Amino acid sequence: MAVSRFALTTMAAATAAIIAGAMPAEAEIRIGTAGPMTGQYAVFGAQMKAGAEQAVRDINAAGGVLGQQLVLEIGDDVCDPKQAVAVANQFAGRGVVMAAGHFCSGSSIPASDVYYEEGILQISPASTNPQLTEAGKWNVFRTCGRDDQQGEVAGNYMADNFADKRIAIVHDKQAYSKGLADETKKQLNARGIQEVLYDTITPGERDYSALVSKLNAEGVEILYYGGYHTEAGLIVRQMRGQGMTTRLISGDALVTDEYWSITGDLGEGTMMTFSPDPRKNPVAAPIVEEFRAQGIEPEGYTLYTYGTIQAWVQAVEKAGTTDPEAVAEVLKSEQFETVLGPIGFDEKGDVTAPGYVFYVWSGGTYDYVEN
Amino acid sequence: MEYFLQQLINGLTLGAIYGLIAIGYTMVYGIIGMINFAHGEIYMIGAFIALIAFLVLGILGITWLPLALLLVLLAAMVFTAFYGWTLERIAYRPLRGSPRLAALISAIGMSIFLQNYVQLLQGARVKPLQPVIPGGVVLMEGAISVRFNYIQMMIIATTVVLMAIFSLIIAKTAMGRAQRACQQDQTMSALVGINVDRTISMTFVIGATLAAVAGMMVTLYYGVIDFFIGFLAGIKAFTAAVVGGIGSLPGAMLGGLLIGLIEVFWSAYFTIEYKDVAAFSILILVLMFRPTGLLGKPEIEKV
Repeated sequence: MAVSRFALTTMAAATAAIIAGAMPAEAEIRIGTAGPMTGQYAVFGAQMKAGAEQAVRDINAAGGVLGQQLVLEIGDDVCDPKQAVAVANQFAGRGVVMAAGHFCSGSSIPASDVYYEEGILQISPASTNPQLTEAGKWNVFRTCGRDDQQGEVAGNYMADNFADKRIAIVHDKQAYSKGLADETKKQLNARGIQEVLYDTITPGERDYSALVSKLNAEGVEILYYGGYHTEAGLIVRQMRGQGMTTRLISGDALVTDEYWSITGDLGEGTMMTFSPDPRKNPVAAPIVEEFRAQGIEPEGYTLYTYGTIQAWVQAVEKAGTTDPEAVAEVLKSEQFETVLGPIGFDEKGDVTAPGYVFYVWSGGTYDYVEN
Repeated sequence: MEYFLQQLINGLTLGAIYGLIAIGYTMVYGIIGMINFAHGEIYMIGAFIALIAFLVLGILGITWLPLALLLVLLAAMVFTAFYGWTLERIAYRPLRGSPRLAALISAIGMSIFLQNYVQLLQGARVKPLQPVIPGGVVLMEGAISVRFNYIQMMIIATTVVLMAIFSLIIAKTAMGRAQRACQQDQTMSALVGINVDRTISMTFVIGATLAAVAGMMVTLYYGVIDFFIGFLAGIKAFTAAVVGGIGSLPGAMLGGLLIGLIEVFWSAYFTIEYKDVAAFSILILVLMFRPTGLLGKPEIEKV
């Protein structure tokens, strides 16, 4: 039975390797950040990576956590649910105690099951789908808002300002997009306004001309789009190509300069909801300077990821241990001073911070809508 | 009526692009009986080369549009053809004569390799190009005005012209005859003095050239490309080639137009959510009643 003995030895060796991997050297604490480092949404992964790297560098320069240095692991999930689970398992294997991620809700939700089983804290700086924290897992937190808040703000705004316009709602079928579109629709309908069209598209395609002609035939003046900036930009270009002046309104996935680089001047007037811009926070000013000195514009989720790690570090210091359950207790009961301003978390793990505001794209930048 | 016409224009444009890519699948299958799964990536590379060529011309200050378009087209065709030739040379020729599955795996491997290669060289961010050929004509004013954009005209016209040229090449030239001979029997072709290796290489070059044209059109029309566009387009074009009858040149074009039109008209009159279901249901129906596709010839087993 040489074969089976060989197999046993291999298995034993493999197990030993896994155990060894799970026990890192004493003097360092491993945390991870996971998001789409490659693929279609890589621009957001780059924001998270920049934020996390800077946070770890600053914290280590200030003496680390509990006297130990932080080591950052970067995980690439390509916004693919399957890949997200693999990244989460990889983090678990490497002894990561906190994961600042993921980006896409569709990745964060399946990954949260792994983190839950492995007893790892998950604090997403970007996943806004309500389901993430509604599942009631003790280890799941987020520093961004929720789509039901976002949808409520968007629905109310449209009801207040565009009640007499013909409104269509379109999304790209992904977890984030559908959640956002449905919450907006719910609020809009609750305010007594019915959309003239509700439809979906396939993300990753290039041709949305059929949808655009459909919108044109329905005389749509306001298009609420749940989805990401690439498709949003393509739809805007194709609407203008067919001579339409319809205004696009979307969510927080449009907070990247890449949106403008796709649409150019055609994107003028596009509106979106996003949390108050942390770059405008006085507390964040020195860190924003630090980023800009390196040639990085800390837009979108950069500072959210930075603030996420800050909050966790402060919770660890207060708990006096990196034990996830103890840290989770502290996270839910205390307030933390971060670049996002003072934040805390409720029982579900949602952040208790100001909600969403409206931004408008104009001349290549976005700013608060003047009311 | 206006709505129907507008959607017809949308569908024909999309179908023309699918058709151009589908020809590459169908020609390679016709000759060596292998699905070149890396063909979608060749198209993606064509799109990138076109974009780079545009930017280079912009820097050189060549802004007279007809000249710029011609130069970009030439650059895209030449460089992409080179990729097509290299692909055959390093990934498929060494496997000629080995089981078909080996070549298939090699094709899938090349597809992944080329995707990652472009991602590493060009970055994962989407690459935008601002509209180069804006405007169009309004064909009909009604409930909605039917617009036929210049770029859509250009795509359809280019496709028709290229189809005509390549059909002539296959039908009338010595090279075309050699290709058709290789399609029927490679050993016999070699015996009568046809350079089989070169003929197969030329097939890859022609396929890649057409994919480059499709890539350039997509860059101009949609203006947003990334390293991943080859995947979906490749699947759709492959479907088009199968519907039309894999191995048949007019079939690929017909299949492309059919898939484009089905997608667009399904989206126009039903919910867009099920447009891919509709397209692939048609594929299954076609294959149930005509297993060799619409214009495909049944393969005769020689005893």
